[in-house]
Amino acid sequence: MENTIHATQAIVTLDVALPGIIWGWMITLNMWAKSVGTGVILVGAFLLYRHKKEEMPNLRWMMPLISFIFLNIFLLFTLADLHHPYRMVNIFLHPHWTSAITVGAWMASLFTGLITVMMLIGGFDAYPDFRKNCGIAKSVRGISPFYEKIFPFVVFLAIPVTLYTAIIMAESSARELWQAPAEVMQMMWAALLAGSAALIFISGSWSKESRRDLALVLAIATFFSFMMYMGEYFFSFKSAEAEATLAYVHSGGEYNVEFWFAMVLGFIVPFFLAVSTMKSDNKTLLRFAAILALVGLYMAKDVWLKIPQMLSLS
Amino acid sequence: MKLGFLVDLNLCMGCKGCEVACKVENEVPLGTWRLRVKYIDIGTFPDTSRSFTPLRCNHCESAPCERICPVSALHYLENGIVNVDSSRCIGCAGCMMACPYGAIYMDPETNTADKCTYCAHRIESGMMPACVVVCPVQANIFGDIDDDTSHISQYIMEHQGAVQVRKPEKHTIPKHFYVGGGNQTLNPLAQQRLEGYSLFNNITHLKHIGNPHESVIDRFTEPFRSEEKLDNRSFMDFDNNAHESHEEEGGH
Repeated sequence: MENTIHATQAIVTLDVALPGIIWGWMITLNMWAKSVGTGVILVGAFLLYRHKKEEMPNLRWMMPLISFIFLNIFLLFTLADLHHPYRMVNIFLHPHWTSAITVGAWMASLFTGLITVMMLIGGFDAYPDFRKNCGIAKSVRGISPFYEKIFPFVVFLAIPVTLYTAIIMAESSARELWQAPAEVMQMMWAALLAGSAALIFISGSWSKESRRDLALVLAIATFFSFMMYMGEYFFSFKSAEAEATLAYVHSGGEYNVEFWFAMVLGFIVPFFLAVSTMKSDNKTLLRFAAILALVGLYMAKDVWLKIPQMLSLS
Repeated sequence: MKLGFLVDLNLCMGCKGCEVACKVENEVPLGTWRLRVKYIDIGTFPDTSRSFTPLRCNHCESAPCERICPVSALHYLENGIVNVDSSRCIGCAGCMMACPYGAIYMDPETNTADKCTYCAHRIESGMMPACVVVCPVQANIFGDIDDDTSHISQYIMEHQGAVQVRKPEKHTIPKHFYVGGGNQTLNPLAQQRLEGYSLFNNITHLKHIGNPHESVIDRFTEPFRSEEKLDNRSFMDFDNNAHESHEEEGGH
């Protein structure tokens, strides 16, 4: 850098106030909730492929229910983060298709709609006596086979819904740290991590083998998430801005602490806990690992979202 | 027609006339800017020099803000200007994330994204942008870069080899050029920002993005409220110590 020698050092002596963090915790929560919402579908599909339905009796209705709840958290905070929430309708009335925000909003809306249908069918099927004479309940029960028909499409759709945030980040030319192919994989691992962690809480009555698969997915997802973050954290030599961003975090401070908390408590500890429960089938320990992984994922996403925004752009 | 801008930094004397003219012409609220002139001191005392860099939207030919805008609020005009339709803007701040030059701000009065439009409304009436008119040394040169006979095209040709754009590595193809610039003046990574080390005021960060008096709930109730007169001075809400204290209110 030219400014490392005295003769060329440049100091800003008068400037305007600059924006600080523009996308804050609501966007972190938005991404985290979306990871859970899509992850439970992806991991649920994997479990249904590997095991009989009878081994996981509540999966058929709990999976779309969890997804529905977290997708609505995601949508709520997407709206709340807009300075004009009611103008969200403009995305549907005046869509601009080069924007990953537009494509993502359309896909996420379709996905949430299909998940709602699956949740209703799954719920009414799981409790056949509930609202037995209600017209809506009757008609929903009447289309019960529709659940299995749309499920493959929903699983397929869960992948782009998971990944489109990485494309938004890639389009964020001002934040070079995010403009990395690794971001796509980070999103996918985050979904598998969050999905397996969320399903662990409803796996108490499941077969040992299916729970072992959940622990396996959690272990693999935490391991690869950790490796991806390490690679990005230490070897982001792709641009001067990404390097400057990471140098800021490497030098210490609150983001450094948050990052390492996320790595240790969110990825390393849950990895070993998940591996150990694969043999012991300790449900409590597995739930503890799931909680840590979910908290750690939030913290990791939070740091990664905020640190490039600390960089002065002009 | 492709409108472009050129600033000759050798001529600029940092009077900030362009900054003030822009504020007045476009009624830019306090605490935000479309055009600013940054002072940079280069060298070590006593061998120092002060350089002035006017910074505004680059009206890129491949504008990341236009690409990321989900509702086409940011759009190209036929003359190449990247314009903003504030009535369509949803306030997602995606454009603020995409602009590598940090040229877009969230207007605290309208809570929509805004930026320099090269005074598109004036150009429509055959006038020059306010900052060009007011410059006492004609450091701002504006015109059609598609027309080889225009003043700006001639100026670029006369200064072949010395014409620069900011962050060319971003491949945004800016239509805003500089003559007499250097790494220290055009590259923010080559500049140190020492907090408190400034001429007239501390170098601060904005405490809020958008209207500082509006909570998240207010955003949802806004269409049902009667219009309140905002005190423009209240936007001068800076934060000298915490870079991100506005996060307490959700980041915006």
